[in-house]
Formats: sequence, structure tokens, C-alpha cells
Amino acid sequence: MERRELLKMIALATGGVLIGGELLMSGCKNPPALGGATFSDQDISFLDEVAETILPRTSTPGAKDAGVGRFMTVQVNDCYTKEDQDVFHAGIRKLNDASKEMFNKDFLDATAEERTQLLGQLDKEAKEHQKKKQEKDWQIKDAKSKDPESEGAKEQPLPNHYFTQMKQLTLFGFFTSEKGSKEVLRHVAVPGKYNGALPYKKGDRAWAE
Amino acid sequence: MAARIKQHYKGSRHMFIGRSANITQPKPEQNRVNCQYRNRCWRGCPFGAYFSTQSATLPAAMATGNLTLRPFSIVTKILYDKDTKRATGVEVLDAETNQTYEYKAKIVFLNASAFNSTWVLMNSATDIWPEGLGSSSGQLGHNVMDHHFRCGASGRVEGFDDYYIEGRRPTGVYVPRFRNIYNDRRDYVRGFGYQGGAGREGWGRNVAEMSVGAALKETLAEPGNWNIGITAFGEMLPYHENKITLNKNVKDKWGLPVLDMDVELKDNEKKMRVDMMNDAKEMLEAAGVKDVHTYDGGYEVGMGIHEMGTARMGRDPKIIGIEWQQPGLGSTQCVCYRWGLYDFCIMREPFTYVYGTYSKSR
Repeated sequence: MERRELLKMIALATGGVLIGGELLMSGCKNPPALGGATFSDQDISFLDEVAETILPRTSTPGAKDAGVGRFMTVQVNDCYTKEDQDVFHAGIRKLNDASKEMFNKDFLDATAEERTQLLGQLDKEAKEHQKKKQEKDWQIKDAKSKDPESEGAKEQPLPNHYFTQMKQLTLFGFFTSEKGSKEVLRHVAVPGKYNGALPYKKGDRAWAE
Repeated sequence: MAARIKQHYKGSRHMFIGRSANITQPKPEQNRVNCQYRNRCWRGCPFGAYFSTQSATLPAAMATGNLTLRPFSIVTKILYDKDTKRATGVEVLDAETNQTYEYKAKIVFLNASAFNSTWVLMNSATDIWPEGLGSSSGQLGHNVMDHHFRCGASGRVEGFDDYYIEGRRPTGVYVPRFRNIYNDRRDYVRGFGYQGGAGREGWGRNVAEMSVGAALKETLAEPGNWNIGITAFGEMLPYHENKITLNKNVKDKWGLPVLDMDVELKDNEKKMRVDMMNDAKEMLEAAGVKDVHTYDGGYEVGMGIHEMGTARMGRDPKIIGIEWQQPGLGSTQCVCYRWGLYDFCIMREPFTYVYGTYSKSR
């Protein structure tokens, strides 16, 4: 799959565009100065648990099995803009605060059911936020095309929602990982042939690419 | 779908399989294996199934024993003899050692892709023509073109739930130009073609009712709906004021001047884009596609990486860019994204012409 196609796909899944997509297209070469805050091992474990709640282990591997937490940190460091990096880092804290508010305990102390409930709510909140952001982005773009000097053209766009970032990176990291591609989806490196009318029955897995 | 489109437009529009330079039969004599349907052509095909200079023509040329490959070479200028009025070779800068070398030849072919070929011309024979070799016509650097694209339509195809695909075919569908040909007349000139593809949605699709958890994973592990999308590639007209020029104030790491680009879309292209989007929707709907939505992702010149123009050639000395009659110099000006067989066809004519001239003058 071309990188371009991949970006389009993930964009569809979470609404809007793939955050960090511009840099990903060019091969992700953030200068080290843009690195911003770094991630601790605790951050990676935390992100692993968030990812595992989004895509849990069932009879097949889950996000943690695929090391999605570490994947997220690499993408954020290498492909996110400074603004998105800040949103992401603050998001780790915000997600934990949301857990405290909802269950009176840290996210890592919450049960699997509680985590799913919390992230379900954050997902809803994030989808609404991204919709508003997209509308505002369009308004600014529209204003800029009419008059770059107008008030509307100078409006600041809304930042991305941290949970949209985390969910995008979880799907991206998991379904392109070796575990995700081979044990959840089907992967064939060298098909050797093409069949445009392969019989399919419900339950057959999708191809990894 | 192809049959429905053909019927709806009474045979004036066609959708068929895209053409690509992948071999379907092995060529052991060329050390090339037939296409393995990986669809990773752009990475450089390790099977040699997809045509490229590396997989096909360079090995063939090496096999003659007459080819010396000299990597890390920057051609800085074409050597020109003002007494005999002939191109006599090239000057090369070694990108690693910064040393300069001269290579002499009876024929020089300039195939450094559109803009760099022109860059080389602009830096050549400046003692005779300050703006470079081939600049006396006033056309060198002008008439920059690209394909403008990133707009079209896509939608959902109903049925076929008991079918999927196997293997990754390295091409999709093509719809050749139908605007402003035969009896069709629009408020712009020239036209566009479509490239597209169909497939079942993968894990990146939007499942609105799904948020997080096991059900999301299980759903995304199966293919979704069939859909199809087509994207238009429009022709850009050769405007004189769309140009590249040498910027002598900005130098690269080898001290060579860089190119400035001053290119924009004009009314003709903007009018064409409306059709590019709406025609796509109409055709998909005629073919029975549901929930068709159009898109225009915006286009900036260069995104198509199909750059063309800037050193046009021809037989009329008043309109040509390169002095075509310049003995010993030939150039191809459509070197773009991939070196496919298409480019070969473009190249054949100048080669034949120059070689013929050379043979006669010898």
C-alpha cells in the first residue's frame, strides 16, 4: 500500500486527517530540537494500557502484544509538530485526571471494564471535538481564500484532541505491526497471482495490505 | 461498470484496466521474473517485473560491454564549440570529491528530467548566450506544466459480499479523455483522464457506532464494503509566463545556482477542475455506484510530479526552445515520476531524429 493510501485510510477511521501525516509522507525527519519532552518507561506502559483498552487481546493478540505504546512515542517524537506533541504529552495527564474524576482512581488502577467505559466516553468527546475542529478549519480556509487579511482568516485553528491522537496511533501501530498483520489480519508477502473474485464468507479475515 | 458506462454514454466514454509496465511472463534471458502481485513497484522491483532502468535497460546496456556507469556525477554544463557550433561533451562535477571532469562525445543526449535538463542548458555556453544554450528563442525555462489532479469522486458498490480479492494488482482502472474531442465542446480547452481503483475497505474505515474494545478489533479484522474511487489527471496549458529561472544568489552545497519556480494554474485549468469532479460523480452514478461523493483535495503545481515543458523542441526556429538543428544535441522533456515504457516512446523520436542527423552529417 502506498503511504499516501495508508494515510487516507487512517484518516477515515478517526475522522479528519492523520495527525503528523505531512511529516510521515516525507519520511519523518523531525529535527532533534523539535523532540520536546521525552517519554519515560512509565509513559510507555501507560500508553500500552490505553492501546490495549482500544484493541484488547482476545483469542488473538492485542495492542500491548504488538508494543503499540512504544510505537506511539516514536511517531509522536518523529512525526508530530510541536503543538501536537504538547497536546499528546498533556493528554497522558488529562486521561489520568479523567479517570480520577470518574472512578476516583488512577487509570492504571481502574478495572478493564472501567477503562473501556472511560475511553468510550473520551472517544465520543474526541469525535465531537474533531468535528468542530474540522468545521473551523474549513471556515478559516474559506476566509483565507476570500481575503487573507480578514478577521476570519487570522483565527487560530482548534488543537487536536489527545484521544484522537492516541486512537489513530493505536490503530496504525497495531494493524501495521507483525502481530496485527499476521495474527489478526492475513498477510501474504508475495501473492504471486491475482484473483479479483475470491470467494468470501463472513468471518474471513481482511488482508493486511 | 465498464459496460454500464459505455451504454450510458453511447460508446463515447470508456473505463478499462490501467496500463502499466509489469511483465506477466518471465523473461529468463533478461533475468526478470513475472509480476508477483505485491504492488510495491515504487520501491524498485526486486523481481525485475516492473520496468525500470535498474531492472531492464541498465542490465541490457551493461551486457553490451559498452557502458560505464559513473555514479555521484553532477553534469554542470554541456560543452559547446562555437567554431563548429556543436555540442562536444559534458562537464561533470564529482559530488563526493568536488573534482571536475570533462567527457567528450559526438552526440550528447540530455535526459536529466525536465527541470534539471533545462538547468543544465541554462548553465551551458553562457559565453555566447548569457541565458544559456537554447535560450535565443526566448522559450528556455518557459511553459512549465504538470498534471493537476487530486479531485474526483468515490462511492460504495452494493452486493458482491461473497467476494474478495487475492493478490495486489499493481494497477487500477483508466478512463481516457472524453472532453473536447469529437463533438464535445466545453468552456475550456483540452481535457483530462481518470485513474481509479476498487476494493473492500480495510481496518482504517470509519465504523461510526464503534468506539473502543474487542468488538472494534473484531470488526476491523474483517473487510468492509466494496468501494470505488476515480481521480482526474488534467492537462495544464503551456503558458509562457509559467517559468523556471536560475537563481544566482542561492547556491547549493556544490556552489551551483538553484532554480526559482514561478508557476500557477489559470482559468482554463480551474474551469476544467469543475468537470473533473462532477463528471466523476455522474459516471460513477451511471455505473450504479451508491453514496457517491465528490472531493477536491486542492492542488499546488508540482504535486503531480509530472513536470514537463521548459525546453520545448520543434522544427520552427521561431518557436522552439532548444535549437533543434543544433548538431549533436538531443533532449527529452517529459521525464517525470517513473521511467516507464511511455517515456521510452517519447524518447524514441528525438533519438531517431538526432541519430539520423548525426549519420548524415558524418
